[in-house]
Amino acid sequence: MEAQKEETGFPVLGQTAPDFEAVTTQGTLRLSDYKGTWLILFSHPADFTPVCTTEFMAFTEIYDELKKRNTELLGLSVDSVSSHIAWIRNCEEKMGVKIPFPIIADLNKEVAKKFGMIHPQQSKTETVRCVFIIDPESKIRAMLYYPLTTGRNMAEILRLIDALQTSDKYKVATPANWKPGDPVVVPPPSTAEQAEERLKQGFECKDWYLCTKKVPEGA
Amino acid sequence: MPCISPDGKPTGSGITVLKSLKEGALSPEEIASKTGQPLFRVRSGLRELKNAGLVEETQEKYGLSKTGEKAIQ
Repeated sequence: MEAQKEETGFPVLGQTAPDFEAVTTQGTLRLSDYKGTWLILFSHPADFTPVCTTEFMAFTEIYDELKKRNTELLGLSVDSVSSHIAWIRNCEEKMGVKIPFPIIADLNKEVAKKFGMIHPQQSKTETVRCVFIIDPESKIRAMLYYPLTTGRNMAEILRLIDALQTSDKYKVATPANWKPGDPVVVPPPSTAEQAEERLKQGFECKDWYLCTKKVPEGA
Repeated sequence: MPCISPDGKPTGSGITVLKSLKEGALSPEEIASKTGQPLFRVRSGLRELKNAGLVEETQEKYGLSKTGEKAIQ
């Protein structure tokens, strides 16, 4: 019998996220169970480690805000489901924080390999701190990779969700350091005629290629 | 949360989903809206309930099987 081919890869932006079925702290879940909602799939190196614990408490702090944005959280590490359960119980008992989202027990690294979560220069066995933002059509829309030493910034993750949802809703882009309520960038014209017209369309323009406008806050 | 416990019986979440189907078959989205459970959890739970023979799927809607009806009596 032919051995089953191991699926490995480093996803790229815009591709359909590889589907999987995995054991989690909330039962067996498939990526396709999240169709119709935004999903933040994130990995951490290991349970019962200090930086990861602070991150899980911080993810929990933004969970209600994420839910308002039709966004779910799904954690992952290569620990067992028993380890995850013991850790989240510890977080509740010792830190007073109840972790409300599921965590994948990726003991055989099947999901981690599909998503390129193991970076051997960092660790040959643990997943680095990855964040994959997956849209309701299961497309990978943004990726963040942080090293083992550095905890993630929840404000940036929330801002990224707001930026992507605003871009989708209003067909615009968002400038550096954008936050909800700030002006957004109108897509640059693609013909000389459009460039000429652009300056008469009532946008705030520095020049024909850099025009901004206001959009309602909250996508 | 899982809808079926290791002994094969529906859990509290499972009973909630089953009860939402009392008046007829619903889509996962309709069940999520009716029960307040997240959509991903409803989809995963329906898979378990279907495997346990408690619900039946017809044209992307889920309804109670005879066993499912008995489970919530």
